[in-house]
Amino acid sequence: MNALIRGGRVLDPAHDVDAVQDVLIQDGKISRLGTGLRAPDGTPTIEAGGKVVCPGFIDAHVHLREPGYEYKETVATGTKAAAAGGFTAVACMANTNPVNDNRSVTDYVLAKARSEGAVRVYPIGAVSRGLEGKELAELAELAEAGCVAFSDDGHPVMNSALLRHAMEYTLPFGLPIISHAEDAHLTGGGVMNEGAVSTELGLAGRPSAAEEVMVARDLCLAELTGAHVHIAHISTAGAVRLLRDAKARGIRVTAEVTPHHLLLTEEAVRGYDPNTKMNPPLRTKRDREALVEALADGTIDCIATDHAPHAVAEKEGDYDQAAFGIVGLETAVSLLLDRLVRPGLLDLRTLVSRLTVGPARLLNLRGGSLAAGADADVTILDLERRLTIDPRAFHSKSRNTPFDGWEVTGMPWMTLVGGRVVMWERVIKGGAGKTGARTGAS
Amino acid sequence: MGWTRKDLLTMQELEPAEIGSILDTAASMKEIAAREIKKVPTLRGRTVVNLFYEPSTRTRTSFEIAGKWLSADVVNWSAPGSSAAKGESLLDTARNIAAMSPDVVVVRHGAAGAAALLAKALRCAVVNAGDGAHEHPTQALLDLLTIREKKGHLEGLSVAIVGDIARSRVARSNIHGMRKLGMTVTVAGPPTLIPPFVQELGVKVSHRLEEAIANVDVIMMLRLQQERMMGALIPSLREYARYWGLTPTSLGAARQDVLIMHPGPVNRGIEIAPEVADGPYSVILDQVANGVAVRMAVLFLLAGGKAQP
Repeated sequence: MNALIRGGRVLDPAHDVDAVQDVLIQDGKISRLGTGLRAPDGTPTIEAGGKVVCPGFIDAHVHLREPGYEYKETVATGTKAAAAGGFTAVACMANTNPVNDNRSVTDYVLAKARSEGAVRVYPIGAVSRGLEGKELAELAELAEAGCVAFSDDGHPVMNSALLRHAMEYTLPFGLPIISHAEDAHLTGGGVMNEGAVSTELGLAGRPSAAEEVMVARDLCLAELTGAHVHIAHISTAGAVRLLRDAKARGIRVTAEVTPHHLLLTEEAVRGYDPNTKMNPPLRTKRDREALVEALADGTIDCIATDHAPHAVAEKEGDYDQAAFGIVGLETAVSLLLDRLVRPGLLDLRTLVSRLTVGPARLLNLRGGSLAAGADADVTILDLERRLTIDPRAFHSKSRNTPFDGWEVTGMPWMTLVGGRVVMWERVIKGGAGKTGARTGAS
Repeated sequence: MGWTRKDLLTMQELEPAEIGSILDTAASMKEIAAREIKKVPTLRGRTVVNLFYEPSTRTRTSFEIAGKWLSADVVNWSAPGSSAAKGESLLDTARNIAAMSPDVVVVRHGAAGAAALLAKALRCAVVNAGDGAHEHPTQALLDLLTIREKKGHLEGLSVAIVGDIARSRVARSNIHGMRKLGMTVTVAGPPTLIPPFVQELGVKVSHRLEEAIANVDVIMMLRLQQERMMGALIPSLREYARYWGLTPTSLGAARQDVLIMHPGPVNRGIEIAPEVADGPYSVILDQVANGVAVRMAVLFLLAGGKAQP
């Protein structure tokens, strides 16, 4: 695929590029960047004047629900949602049915991605068989099949010895262990953050300490084993403090934060809207501010949505019964542009960095930059476009978002994967799917 | 003041004047209970549905009697279990009930926020008869009515609420109601039964029974939900009874004119000794009697009664 993206502000934090330039794409790769570039005759031109041209955004944490929960989402619909939201690649969690704890499931997901995916798909393998936290999954074969990381996301590995052995066993593969850091005994039956609001609402709480003791444990094990541990959806100021300290001491740790933990607090739970129920829960204003600060200063490496689709019936009942999680792929970029970048809490370059080179590095992916020779995965932003978030317009199968009706300015305008336009103006362009590619071999 | 709300969901949302209005209406309803023929035609032709997802004899019966004395048609819809796994979800049930055009739905459910969910889904009036550990407003109203009758006023009185505050909707509703009416509230219990940041609701916290009950006008003992506590939150019933049970001995710390309350059902010998529950300071049965009056008042106000009956 060839294309010339002309006249946009090219923003590639990985290579310190921020200038009005053209981007020439040839054969699905970035050919070169420059001003006044001429393309061979017949090359389609994308006029990007006034827009921001970025490396394709990567979401290191989504749930595509296939196989097993196709009524919530499929590889096809989840990747369409990704493309609509400006993401050119997603890493999908293993809590499918059957669980992605063996190569046949990884192969299935990758085959689905090739035939139906709108963006690149990187499967994440389970740490333990059946996510049960008892026996190791077939980690070497999962790595060989193409998994980019290992995680029992949604089912914290409570057995520290098992997690230690997973870290050691996977060291030769160079793939991170992604930890959903919550102590299952401390979270108990909690459905929201434990604090003044949970006391008032009469809902069972999950204390910050439930996350922090597990982050501390994970850091100790990373130090012990030398493994790379990645903390999923970090949500508390205390966990940020542990992370900052560990990084300063040279422990191999990275972390992600979700848009909802950056933008909402436990106050949103008033009214008992099940779309405010997620795991870890929305925390306090102080936690939220610490997360924004840590994202800005690089303590937190990337933004990941934890896109967690659920059917209407799973999210409309009483708060205790409702499923945990919200969709995020189609709202993340607009929300972050409007609520963090516009008010000056985060500069645009940092935001783009945390959506591109940040996740690419931690998952050892080839994407994340616009360097010559790189895959032509590109996200083009329109910073001025105003829109109202409308779940009925989502490409995802699910609608479970707390951001329904939010007025935002700024949106992903076009998404290109391998030089091919997969989304333009919220419309998905058809075509064959993609699977990902990692750097190096494993 | 006139009643304008569609529903009664929480004490937290009520204005002091609204609480006063319910209590005044309830006081006037008590006269009906004293009649030989306990029936007035006020709500004739109105339908009240009792929708109870948790077992409850006292509250459900109280609402049932209240509705019947006002001549409403009262239907009990007992939903077995509270789990969506059993089939029909709360919202589905609500839609089914709505299709039968009731005037008032009284709901008890194990999940906090369940009554608010129904209130949003239904056009008829909804009364919260207990939603999880959140609120139980008619219990607080009957407690306030009882205290007002016995003490003659509410403002300036002090109350100790003792027991499992964390899981108690009775405590939450009473805290809101009492604070709004100018009463001071101390909550007391072992720290594992006190919810975090409860001080932000405007109460004091005590971890000693004798300290909590010294010098208060009212002691409200809460029922210990034994099944869920053992081993994890308190070591044993025996130890709880020893340190937190209201006995003739521990009562020595209290004032001579103290009122002892309990929302029931009582665990005799655990949170309260039999001789205290049945003793001269106890107003437990007055609470039950006032429960009917308060629920008559609430049904009357919500089901469209405009004037005093």
